[in-house]
Amino acid sequence: MARNISFTIRYWKQNGPKDKGHFDTHEMKNIPDDTSFLEMLDILNEELIEEGKEPFVFDHDCREGICGMCSLYINGTPHGKTATGATTCQLYMRRFNDGDIITVEPWRSAAFPVIKDCMVDRSAFDKIIQAGGYTSVRTGQPQDANAILIPKQDADEAMDCATCIGCGACVAACKNGSAMLFISSKVSQLALLPQGKPEAARRVKAMVARMDELGFGNCTNTRACEAVCPKNETIANIARMNREFLKAKAKD
Amino acid sequence: MWLTNSSIGRKVVMSVTGLALILFLTFHACMNVVALFSAEAYNAICAFLGANWYAVVATAALAALVALHFIFAIILTLQNRKARGGSNYAVSTKVVAGKVEWASKNMFVLGIIVCLGLLLHLYNFWYNMMFAELAGVEGPLSPTDGYAFIVQTFSCPVYAGLYIVWLVALWFHLSHGMWSAFQTLGASGKTWLPRVKAISIVWSTVVILMFIVVVVYFALGFGCECSAACGDGCAQAAACGSAC
Amino acid sequence: MTKLNSRIPEGPVSEKWTNYKAHQKLVNPKNKLKLDVIVVGTGLAGASAAASLGEMGFNVLNFCIQDSPRRAHSIAAQGGINAAKNYQNDGDSVYRLFYDTVKGGDYRAREANVYRLAEVSNNIIDQCVAQGVPFAREYGGMLANRSFGGAQVSRTFYAKGQTGQQLLLGAYSALSRMVEAGKVKLFTRYEMEDVVIIDGRARGIIARNLVSGKLERFTANAVVIATGGYGNTYFLSTNAMGCNCSAAVACYRKGAMFANPSYVQIHPTCIPVHGDKQSKLTLMSESLRNDGRIWVPKKLEDAKALQAGTKQGWDIPEEDRDYYLERRYPAFGNLVPRDVASRAAKERCDKGYGVNNTGLAVFLDFSESIQRLGIDEIRQRYGNLFDMYEEITDVNPGEFVQSVNGIDYYKPMMIFPAIHYTMGGIWVDYELQTTIPGLFAIGECNFSDHGANRLGASALMQGLADGYFVLPYTIQNYLSDQAVWPKVSTDLPEFAEAEKSVDAEIDRLMGIQGKRSVDSIHKELGHIMWEHVGMGRTKKGLEEGIKLLKALRKEFNENLFVPGKKEGLNTELDKAIHLRDFITMGELVATDALHREESCGGHFREEHQTEEGEAKRDDENFFYVGCWEYQGDDEKAPVLHKEPLEYEAIKVQTRNYKN
Repeated sequence: MARNISFTIRYWKQNGPKDKGHFDTHEMKNIPDDTSFLEMLDILNEELIEEGKEPFVFDHDCREGICGMCSLYINGTPHGKTATGATTCQLYMRRFNDGDIITVEPWRSAAFPVIKDCMVDRSAFDKIIQAGGYTSVRTGQPQDANAILIPKQDADEAMDCATCIGCGACVAACKNGSAMLFISSKVSQLALLPQGKPEAARRVKAMVARMDELGFGNCTNTRACEAVCPKNETIANIARMNREFLKAKAKD
Repeated sequence: MWLTNSSIGRKVVMSVTGLALILFLTFHACMNVVALFSAEAYNAICAFLGANWYAVVATAALAALVALHFIFAIILTLQNRKARGGSNYAVSTKVVAGKVEWASKNMFVLGIIVCLGLLLHLYNFWYNMMFAELAGVEGPLSPTDGYAFIVQTFSCPVYAGLYIVWLVALWFHLSHGMWSAFQTLGASGKTWLPRVKAISIVWSTVVILMFIVVVVYFALGFGCECSAACGDGCAQAAACGSAC
Repeated sequence: MTKLNSRIPEGPVSEKWTNYKAHQKLVNPKNKLKLDVIVVGTGLAGASAAASLGEMGFNVLNFCIQDSPRRAHSIAAQGGINAAKNYQNDGDSVYRLFYDTVKGGDYRAREANVYRLAEVSNNIIDQCVAQGVPFAREYGGMLANRSFGGAQVSRTFYAKGQTGQQLLLGAYSALSRMVEAGKVKLFTRYEMEDVVIIDGRARGIIARNLVSGKLERFTANAVVIATGGYGNTYFLSTNAMGCNCSAAVACYRKGAMFANPSYVQIHPTCIPVHGDKQSKLTLMSESLRNDGRIWVPKKLEDAKALQAGTKQGWDIPEEDRDYYLERRYPAFGNLVPRDVASRAAKERCDKGYGVNNTGLAVFLDFSESIQRLGIDEIRQRYGNLFDMYEEITDVNPGEFVQSVNGIDYYKPMMIFPAIHYTMGGIWVDYELQTTIPGLFAIGECNFSDHGANRLGASALMQGLADGYFVLPYTIQNYLSDQAVWPKVSTDLPEFAEAEKSVDAEIDRLMGIQGKRSVDSIHKELGHIMWEHVGMGRTKKGLEEGIKLLKALRKEFNENLFVPGKKEGLNTELDKAIHLRDFITMGELVATDALHREESCGGHFREEHQTEEGEAKRDDENFFYVGCWEYQGDDEKAPVLHKEPLEYEAIKVQTRNYKN
C-alpha cells in the first residue's frame, strides 16, 4: 500500500552557462510514494506555477529508462539511488523517507555546459559518435544478414556494450569528467562484431581524438562511472578500448 | 606525438613508468630484506650499486622515470580539474563511495606524500652514499657501509615512524596504481580484471611489507646484536637515538 | 477541393514496387548536390531517411526537439522487428507477412503499401546487421527469432527487450556518419512550428529554437516530416513526454489531409495506472505474451477479494483461473493481436473481474513457463523487463511464492491496456507524399501501412522501410525537376508571413494569463479522450466527448497560464503549443470515430459488435480511408474525403483468431 511522505526539495537554479547558479528550496507535502521522482518534480512545478514562479527546468522524455534524456544528480548520485541501477525516471519516491532533504543538481562537467537549471548540453556525445561510432555502410543491398555468423557470446557481449543510453551519468560521476565509459561502450560494441573490424583502428583513434578535443578529462580508473551507470556498462569496455587504441597506434 | 597529446597516450606513460617503478621497488625490497640476514651481504650489494657507471646510469634512468611519472601526473591532474568544470557538487557521492576505492580518488595526494618521503629517503641514504661517494664528501660513516646507514636511520623512532607513514601511503598508491596500469594498457577485461587486481594487491602488499619489516626490525634494535661486524654502527645508532 | 490520388503503380501487387522503381524518375548525381531536403524528426524513419538521403548526395537539414537525435521515442520500442526472412523454416514468406499485416490491420490498410513494406522488410534486417546492430543470435551464430501477436510464424528479430533502441542507434550512427561528412546538418532542440508553402508546394519550415526561443526560417526543395504519432492526446500513454503532434497538425492546418485519425492502438500489456499524479504509462513488451499467460479469476468473489487486497494472485489455485484469451481464441491464445487482447481485458474488467484495487488490471503470469523452462531461461529472455516492472511496482514477477499440489506459484505481473500507437496520420500516396506537393510524411506520422490496427514489431519495420528504402526513392520522382528551379529565398513574403503568424500565436498563448497550468488542462483532455474516445466508443459518448472538447478548447483559450517569457527557454510554452494541437487532434479523432459507424481494429464502436463481442466491420459502407480536410479554423468542422480501398490480392473477410 502506498504511503505519503513529506520532505524538502533543494533544486538547482541556473540561468544559462555563465550564471553562477544557486539552490531554491520547496516543501513537498503528502506525496504518494508510488509517484516517480520526475512525477514528483511535475507536482513541484505545478505548485511553483501556482505560486507564480518559474518552473524548475530539467530534461526528461521517455520516462521508462531508455532514452537517456533525464539527467539529475540526486543526493550525491547521478540518477539517485535506484535499486536496479536505472535512470532518474525509474526512481520512485518509495526510496525516500519522511522529512528527507532531497538535493537535486545538474550534471557538472566542463563538457556539459548548463543550459538552464538542471538541463545540460550533451551534444559533445553526439560529436564523439560522429567522429567514428559507426560502420561505413551505405543504405542499399548489403549481404544477407545470416551471411555473417556471429557467435552468440560475442553478439550478447556486443549487445551489453550497445545498451549504453548516452545519458552522461559516467561523466557526471567522474572526478575527472572523463567520457571513457561512454566511448568505450561504442568502440567495444563494434570491436566485438565482425562488421566493425575493417574500420576498428580508424574508429578508435578518431573517437579518442574527438573526446580529447571536446575537453573531457583523462580516465584514472576510479570506477565511479561503472558504479553509477544505469545500464551496467563496465570498465572492461575501457580496457578493451585501450587495447584497440594501442593496437591501432602500434600499426601506425 | 600520441603519447603526449592523447589522453590514453598520457595514461600509457603513467602506466609504463609506474610499472617500471614497481619493478624497481620490488628489487629494492628484496635487497633490503637481505639486511635482515647478513650485514655483509647487504653491504656487498651496496658496494655493487655504489659509484659504478652502470649504477649511476640506472639511477639517472630511475630519476627520469620518477620525473616523467610526476610531470605527467601534474599535467593529467590539471587537465582533469579543468574537465571537471568550476563547480563542485553540493552533496558528494554517497553511493559511489562504497564502490570506488579511496586510493583511486586520491592518487595525486598520495603521490605527493610519496614524493616527500622520497626526498627524505634520498637525503638519508642516497645523498650519504652514492652522492657522497661520487662527490667525495666525507661523512662520519663510510658511504659503502649501507648497513650502518640502515641501523642509524631506523634506530631513530621519528624516522622509523615517518618511513612507515610513507610506506603506507605508497601501499595505497600501489594498490590502485598497479592494476590501474594494467587496465590502461588494456591487459584487463571482464574475467581478467579481478585477477589482475588480486595479483596487484598481493604484489604491492608483499613489497611494502618487506620494506616495513626491515624498518620495524631495525627500529626495535634487532640490527645491533646480529651484526658483530658493525660495532661502530651501533655506537652511531645509539648516538643518533639520543640526538633525536 | 483536393483530389486524392493514391498513385498506386500498375501491375499485380507483387510487382508494383519493382515496376515503380524501374520507371520512376531519378535525380542525377550532380543535381542531387544542389537539392536540399528538410527532414523533421530523428526517430527510426527520420534518422534513416536523413542518413540515406545524405548518402545519396542531397543536402539534408535534420531537426529534432530533443538534445540529441538518439533520444527519439523509437528508442523505447522493446519487442522486435518483423521480416519475412523465413530463417526458422516455418513457412514464412513476403506474401504471408503482407497477408498477416493486412489481416491484422482489419482490412483497412492500402494493399500496395503493405506489400511493399513486406518486400523491403528483409533488406532492413540486412542493413541493420551490416550497421552492427547486435540482434539476438543462436549458438550457431545465426539470427534468432521470436513470435509476436497476430502471426503463426516466428519472424520477429530482436535485441533483448531493447530492439527499438538498437535499431535507432543503428540509424543514428548512419546519421552521425553523414553529419561528419557534412551532408546532414543537425538542428537539435528545434521544433517545427509551421510548413511554408509557396506556389502550392512545400518549400520550407519555420522552426523555433527551443533554447533561445527565436523563430528561424529554413528553405528546401522538399520537406519530410517524421514526427511520430498523436498518442499523447490521451495524456496518459506509453509515448514519451515530449511526443507531440504539432508538426503534423501544422501540416494539417496548411492543407495536408489527415487520414483515419480514429485508429488508435491500445496496447494490452502496460503497467496499470496507479494514481492521478501519474505522468505516463509504462509498456511491458508484447513479447512477454510469448511465455506469460493472461488470466483473471473465474469466480467473482475471488476478484472482489483481490480488489480488496485480502487475497493475492498466487492464492487463486490453477483451477479457478480463467485464461480468457486461451479460452476464447484457442488458435492464437495469448498471442492474439493487440486490439483483440485489449478489448478482451476491458471486457473482463467491465464485468468486475479486474484484479487490482481499481479493478482495472489483469494478471500476466509466468508460473507455467518458469516451471517448464526454469527461472534462468525466463530471466535471460525478459530479465530487463522484470527489473523494470519491479522498480515501478515493487513486485518481482519472477519471485517464487508457494507450491501447492505440485504446481509452483510465482508472483504475477498486473497489466492493463493503454494508448500506445496511432495508426492514423497524415494522408500520403504511394510515394509517401501528402496532399501538399513537396511535403512527405514517413513513419508513424503517416497513415499508410497498418490499417485499423498495427501488429506487434511492425512499427519498427515501417519506420525503417519508409526511411531507408521507400522515401529515398520516391522523393526523387518529385525532386527530379527541382534542380532547375532557383533556390527559394527565406526572404520571400510567404516565409515572413508564416513566421509572423507563428509569432502572433505564441504571443496569444503567452498573453492569456489565465489560471490553469498546461498540464492540468492536458490531464482533463486525457480524461475526456479516454472516457469518450477510448477503447469502447458509442455515438452518444462521442457526441458528448466532442462537446466537452469544444468546451475544453474554450477553457484553454481563456484560462491558460504560461509563466515566463517567450524569449529563451520556456518548457511551459513548448507544452502549451503542443496542447493546443492535441486538443485539435482530439476533436479530429472523435469526429472520425463518430463518422465511422463500424468497428474495426483499434476503433471499436459498441453499437457494432457481434454477439460474442467481436468487432463487426461494415465493408459495404466503410471500406475506405477517411481523410479530413481542415477548413481554416479549429472551430469549423473538417470536411471528409474518401479514398476507396481496392483489394486485388487478398480476399476481404472477417478476422478470425479463434481457429
